[in-house]
Amino acid sequence: MQFLLALVVVGPLVGAVAALLPAPPGLKGRSPDQAVLRHGVTVTGVIFLATLVLAAGFDHDHPSKMQATTDISWIPALDVRIHLGIDGISLPLLVLTALLTFLCALYSYFKLPEGPSPKAFVALILVLESGTLATFAVLDLILFFLAFEMVLIPMYFLIARWGGAGRQAAAWKFILYTLLGSVVMLLGLLLIGLKSGTFDMVALATDNGRGLTTSVQVTAVLAIGIGLAVKTPMWPLHSWLPDAHTAAPTVGSVLLAGVLLKMGTYGFVRILLPVAPDGMHTFAPYLAAFAVAGIVYGSLACLALARPGAKGDLKRLIAYSSVGHMGFVLLGIASMTPTGVNGALFANIAHGLITGLLFFLVGAVKDRYGTADLDTLAGATGAALYGRAPRLGGLLAFAAVASLGLPGLAGFWGEMLALFGAFDPAAGLSRPAFLTFMSIAAFGTLLTAAYLLIVVRRVCMGANRDEPRAIADVQSYEFAAWTPLAALTVLAGLWPAVLLGLTDPAVQKLLAGGKS
Amino acid sequence: MTTAAESATSLVQSVDWLAIAPPLTAAAVALVVLVADLFVPEARKPLLGYGAVAGLVAALALIVPLHDGDRSTFCLTTGSHACSYTADHFTLVIQALVLGGALLTALLSIGDTRKLPAGEFWFLLLSSAAGAALLPASRDLATLVIALEVASLPAFALVGIKRGDRRSSEAALKFFLSSVVATAVMLLGVSFVYAATGTLHLTDLTGRLDHVDPQLSTLAGAGVALTLVGFAFKTAAAPFHFWVPDTYVGAPLPIAAYLSVVGKAVGFSGLILVTVVAFPAYADVWGPALAVLAALTMTVGNVAALRQSASRARGAVRLLAWSSVAQAGYLLVPVAAAAYAGERRIGSTVAYALMYAVVNLGAFAVAALVARTHPGNRIDDYRGLYATRPLAALALAFFLLCLAGLPPGVIGLFAKVTVFSAAVDAGLGWLAVVMAVNVVVALYYYLRWTAALFRGPSEEEAAPVVRPRVPAPLTAAIVLTAAAGVVLSGAPQTVLRFAGVNLF
Repeated sequence: MQFLLALVVVGPLVGAVAALLPAPPGLKGRSPDQAVLRHGVTVTGVIFLATLVLAAGFDHDHPSKMQATTDISWIPALDVRIHLGIDGISLPLLVLTALLTFLCALYSYFKLPEGPSPKAFVALILVLESGTLATFAVLDLILFFLAFEMVLIPMYFLIARWGGAGRQAAAWKFILYTLLGSVVMLLGLLLIGLKSGTFDMVALATDNGRGLTTSVQVTAVLAIGIGLAVKTPMWPLHSWLPDAHTAAPTVGSVLLAGVLLKMGTYGFVRILLPVAPDGMHTFAPYLAAFAVAGIVYGSLACLALARPGAKGDLKRLIAYSSVGHMGFVLLGIASMTPTGVNGALFANIAHGLITGLLFFLVGAVKDRYGTADLDTLAGATGAALYGRAPRLGGLLAFAAVASLGLPGLAGFWGEMLALFGAFDPAAGLSRPAFLTFMSIAAFGTLLTAAYLLIVVRRVCMGANRDEPRAIADVQSYEFAAWTPLAALTVLAGLWPAVLLGLTDPAVQKLLAGGKS
Repeated sequence: MTTAAESATSLVQSVDWLAIAPPLTAAAVALVVLVADLFVPEARKPLLGYGAVAGLVAALALIVPLHDGDRSTFCLTTGSHACSYTADHFTLVIQALVLGGALLTALLSIGDTRKLPAGEFWFLLLSSAAGAALLPASRDLATLVIALEVASLPAFALVGIKRGDRRSSEAALKFFLSSVVATAVMLLGVSFVYAATGTLHLTDLTGRLDHVDPQLSTLAGAGVALTLVGFAFKTAAAPFHFWVPDTYVGAPLPIAAYLSVVGKAVGFSGLILVTVVAFPAYADVWGPALAVLAALTMTVGNVAALRQSASRARGAVRLLAWSSVAQAGYLLVPVAAAAYAGERRIGSTVAYALMYAVVNLGAFAVAALVARTHPGNRIDDYRGLYATRPLAALALAFFLLCLAGLPPGVIGLFAKVTVFSAAVDAGLGWLAVVMAVNVVVALYYYLRWTAALFRGPSEEEAAPVVRPRVPAPLTAAIVLTAAAGVVLSGAPQTVLRFAGVNLF
């Protein structure tokens, strides 16, 4: 088990180095490009299988216990240990990351984004995977920071080299924003580590903030929270996200929305809630307020983009919708109750599946039409995808409906639990305030439904114009890449206990200070 | 008669030759090279370079038997038994750093010295290295000043060694004037301190500054301040940094590398010795002052580096020069923290300096490589380096990311973490925040340069690429630094262990 976990973290890194080397004889394939893309599929496939085995070998009766742990001293001078482990909170995220990266590699094997050599592309994707998986698997604050930073350089190059219009500026905005946040976060992590004498997350969680004075906790939560909030992204620190998504290649968008954003919310749950509960208590109402503002702001921005004549970019629209969805996640966390945090974790996974799928679909639409501009796509009446490419249109409608939180699909449970959490927040938090937040957030779900339905109407419906160029329907490789996401969306919607059974005990333990 | 003999023997100091072997070897080889230059025919001049390299390797090897760090020599035979030369761990680490830095400089220079007077060049380089190696070991103010001058004086000549080059002479003059002012100020300070306390030994000063005659306390305070100002000049801390960019740009490229690493190490080890060993009594004065200097230095360096245009001639060296000013700011942070949280914090500066030495020399080595085909050495000349020289481009990208402190430059990141933790631990939260902002600002120009390496070459350069042969020593320098950087990134403990222990 611990070997598997170590493989999951280190494997992609080794694969990335191997991708840069010339292919060995026998694996040359049809062309060097094809060989390296196949290499990417193989490595991510192996890693995905490894995470599946990990999930199968996971002791589901004790999901709150750290499993598959490795604990080796790495830098005694800084008291940094290579401490890896998974529990019910990190396991789903680990599997989601491996799955999405595998699907992205598979998709790129058939449809490489336009840009320089695929060699570097595959290597960057693998480094990105390693960094994300490491973020979810490490249990040391400094290692967490290292993993958090590790994704920046690959993502920067993915956007700056393989992206669309305005990619340079978007890439800069992405990296400078995130870096400013994460450097501040480092200061907070150091403060916690130095004041409590350990960087070990498990020990710190067991301590539950007893070794830290309230003022230290407040400062640390402020510093770490800013870093995580930039990544999440929380309104008003979100402005890098729409640009990055609009410019990024399809695969980059999928990974950015599906996985990278989760690193922020995961940090809130894994570090801030258990390690600095007093500090979290102080900031929870503000966090909730910002989260609700994000929900409303994201929806309103989407509505404005979806309006006819607004020249709204579909990718940008989905990016703004991510701001709204992450607002629900943050609201759940801010309630500091098991219900809310479980909802947040559920919404995390659901958002990864649904928004990943949406970005794939929009990328496909953009490839077919050459633009993601809603007005150009829709023309006078609508793009009529139902008529011209029924399967693509159907999938798009499915993903949109899932995203607006239709009961029975994955998007529903997370948001509902987050609202429940806000309905009855943890002791000591102002109930009236949270009730207000809850009602505003509930209103936000209506706005979400409104813009997603407008998008469906404008993209999928419409008069079937007899355009000369036929639009290809879903190809088989696209089916291969998208079906797992759609299937999991349905599964998580119909059988939420799969996920909640994993996260709930772990969340209870984290909030109770590692006792239970 | 017997009493006279006894008092004579008690005055004669026995010299521990092994302890002083590292600087001594460098100095001896310097003389050998200078004399040999007279007898070696023109065609064989490169041999001198290899001789110098061998001498530096020998000096480095002689540090190994000293690793216990318990030797000292030139001690007083009476009274406090204070020693003038101590080979403790701090000394050994800095000696390894400066001699290693000089060795890499020598490797960079071997292919470059054809147009320069070989004998003088190697003599000056080795003498300067000998002075630099002596400095961290010296434990009295006189030896300290002498070592500093032995390290600096040859450096002036090295900067101006490109005869007939106007820029080189101007650079040398600027460097010379600012450095001489620094020395004069420092000597004045040292004499004040001596007048107030009656001793030059650093360890004795510690106690006596606490009990200075009240009438002389102003004198002592002024002496301390002036000494520190002198060292601030040497470390190129803002606002005494103005000579750096012009000097680096005018000097031969390997010498710029030498100044940025060894020159800085000299200034910093001197500063550390006087602040932490000699003047802890005045920690409440120099602590805040150094903290402000650190914040100022890193900000000035980064903002100036940010403003460098990519198409300016010699922009690459100019950028590295400003970046070295900024890095000096980070190096100052733990020294300032030592005023609040004790001398153990110095270890962070040492660890950071080791990281900085390796990657900065590496970056200069790649710059030297590029300068062979693009004498202009603009940042624009690095565009598309990955297409022509993939390994050099990857190495430079790695060095730059180490300087920026981003993965995969893990060692750079952890070196910054130690500096941050020194600041946070000492309660200098504001300094940590200033540094955090600076790290982000610095990232912009490091990453812009890195990104340029991987872009397609600009149109004018689409012409067929000529790849002239790279001299073996230059390749060796790049390989050595890159390998060291990668190994350190895998096992940061190798340098970071100095961060947690008391080196004195």
